[in-house]
Order: sequence, then structure tokens, then C-alpha cells
Amino acid sequence: MAEEVILLDFWPSPFAMRVGIALREKGVEFDLREEDLSNKSPLLLKMNPVHKKVPVLVHNGKPVCESLVIVEYIDETWVRRCPLLPSDPYERACARFWADYVETKTYSAARKVWPSTGEAQEVAKKEFIECLKVLEGELGDKAYFGGERFGYVDVSLVPLYSWFYALEASANFSVAEECPKLVAWAKRCMQRESVAKSLPDQYKVYEYMLELKKKIRAQ
Amino acid sequence: MAAEVILLESWSCPFAMRAKIALREKGVDFDVREEDTTNKSPLLLETNPVHKKIPVLLHNGKPVCESLIIVQYIDDTWGRESPLLPSDPYERARARFWGDCVDKKLSLGRVVWASTGAAQDAAKEEFIEGLKVLEGELGDKAYFGGDRFGYVDVSLIPFYSWFYTLEKLANIKVGKECPKLEGWAKRCMQRESVAKSLPDQPKVYDRVLERKKKLQGR
Repeated sequence: MAEEVILLDFWPSPFAMRVGIALREKGVEFDLREEDLSNKSPLLLKMNPVHKKVPVLVHNGKPVCESLVIVEYIDETWVRRCPLLPSDPYERACARFWADYVETKTYSAARKVWPSTGEAQEVAKKEFIECLKVLEGELGDKAYFGGERFGYVDVSLVPLYSWFYALEASANFSVAEECPKLVAWAKRCMQRESVAKSLPDQYKVYEYMLELKKKIRAQ
Repeated sequence: MAAEVILLESWSCPFAMRAKIALREKGVDFDVREEDTTNKSPLLLETNPVHKKIPVLLHNGKPVCESLIIVQYIDDTWGRESPLLPSDPYERARARFWGDCVDKKLSLGRVVWASTGAAQDAAKEEFIEGLKVLEGELGDKAYFGGDRFGYVDVSLIPFYSWFYTLEKLANIKVGKECPKLEGWAKRCMQRESVAKSLPDQPKVYDRVLERKKKLQGR
């Protein structure tokens, strides 16, 4: 039976980018469907009734939701190429821990940086940079978070790289200055076709953020 | 070499209960070390420097943090013949999704420690809505995964020990709002792993009252 793989996507979403990277790492052919989040498709609402969010992976008609759950699903389903999670249970727990840190601390800190101003933005910026420094500490001198091989934690974090310029411009700081090893790691990841194809141009994201800021101010 | 398994925990913490249930399901011998979260031990700060939170599972000295990650680690390491997660990748993804949903939809903290009546009302509404979504997923099944007790049940059942507290503090009557969920909870409580890991509901309430008094006293 031919596989049918659809990704319900929203191009600026770092969560959706994770799924694109994972599918491309595994060489899986898929159909990318762009969602308009102000006018969600019936398919999205049907496939993710609980959260009504992207990304959603629809594999032979069956939906998988929540980006990190999707990445693990992809890893367990298309096993022959590029394992993303390690096989050792302890190493797997460590990988999941750091992906969770990216998810619950780092992305939520980033989300507070660009819409805020003044003192609130300074606080948000400090928190975000702190998260990046913790991650940089964990990376150390390794090529990737898991060591020699690109894997789960890299997939969870690297989409944020496409937002660096937008975040830096809105809050006047430089990630490269604060965390040079992290930026070097991101550029290393960008040399992978899966990542380069899945991340939008940083300037495009910056323009999107400006549009979003205008809309928020107008409300 | 005998495996050394230690759980840093707090007896009323639902996240720590998840780890205890999982360990007991697998028949793993373990020691518990009670933490005073207002005065964290050097061991806790050393083994979970990032979050400084319980639970932490120490397996032969190596720490695993974050309750659902601990549960998956326990499942991967022991008792492969009685898994908590299904073997099929799609069913596993569903179980992980719903485990994550429990964490996203049920914020005990916001209901119990809310600063104002309005904040508590909002938190209470969200909590009840979260329970209803979960009850919808349970449906008429014995457990979330079907006939067998598993990962999603482990992730949710600890909240049962807080039902009395929720009723007294926020007037949330779970039995009334979600009768199927209450039925499921009582079914889970018949398992030794669950009965041994969950404290008595009134005991939890007393502890919460004590904490509230201390906070107000400051």
C-alpha cells in the first residue's frame, strides 16, 4: 500500500519545522499543506480537535499531534534511516529531558520577548538568554547535543534559529555574542539538507513578526 | 551488582506518585527520600540543577528528571514483558499525546494556590474542562489504553488523591462533573501499585491547608 503522509503546517511555526526536519531526515515523501490559522481548515479541526493547532501529521489518514510526539512517532515508524533518539534507555531519557527543556522553558521564554516592550521586554530577554546559556552549557564542545550525530534535541531546538534575527531585532541583543557555540551549532545543522529545507529565511520571519506586532497593537 | 534505585520525592506530589506507581507496576525495589521543597537537599540540587524539582529518579547514581520522562525510562528499563506504553508506534503516539494533555490541561497549582476569587474561578473552569476532555477520551473503556492499565492511567491517577482538596478549596465535585472518570479512578485504586502510591485524600487536604497557613503567615 502506498504511504500517504500529510503535514498540516504553518511556515513560521518552529513546532511545524521540527516535523519537516524529521520527515526529511528519514527521506519520507510527504504532502505539505499550509494552514491559515485565522481560518483553520476542516481537516485541521477534525484531526486535532483537542488543541486545534499545527503541526499535525496525518499518516494514512490517522492523525498524530504535538510536535515532539510526532518526531518520536516518525523515529519509531521509519526506522531504517537516521535514528533520532539513542537506543540506550538512559541516553533516551537525557534526550527527552533536554527536548522538554527546549519546549517548556526556551520556546516559552522566546514567545515573551518579541511582543513585549520596556522593562517587561528586558526581563523576558534576560530569561531567554539564560535558557540559551543553559543549552549552550549542555552542548559544550560536542558537534550536536547527542554527540557526533544529529538527533532529537537538535531537531527540537534548531527551528528557533529561524527566529533569532526577529528576536534580536525586537529586543536589541545578539545571540552570537551571548552564545557563540550555540550559533556555530545552528550553522552546522543548517548544512544538513533536512534543516535548510525546513527553516524559512530569518528575514521572512522578521517581517512576519512585524506584521503580527501591528495586528496585536491594532486590537 | 544490585541495582540501586532511589526516588527523591514529596509524598503529596502527584508527579512523584507517577514514578512510584510505575516502579511498583514493574516490581522494582526502591528507596524514597522525602524532600522538603522549601529547604531542598544538596542531593536534589546536585541531581536536578536545571529545575531543582522533584521527582528525581536515581538509578545507580544517575539521575532522571521530569515525571513522564521517568515513567518512560522505567518502562524502557524494567519489566519489558508488562509494558506501560503500547508496542505499536501509533498507539504509543496516542498515549504520549494524552499524557502530555494531562499536563497541559490540568493545572492543580493554579486552582489551589490562586491569589484571588476571580483567578480561582477561571482556573477552576479550565480544570473542569480539562477533566471533561480526558473523560471524553476514556469513554467506556476500562483504562485509557483499553483493557490494560498503562501510561496515560499512570499520568492521571495521582490527581485522584487531590479530589477531596479540590472539592473543599474550589468546590470542584469530580464525581458529579465526571462520573466515568471517578469510576475509572476507583478501578485504578484496586491495583496495589496505585493504592500504595497515593496518599489518603484528607491527608493531602491537611497538608495543603498547612502550606496555605504558612504562606499567609509570611
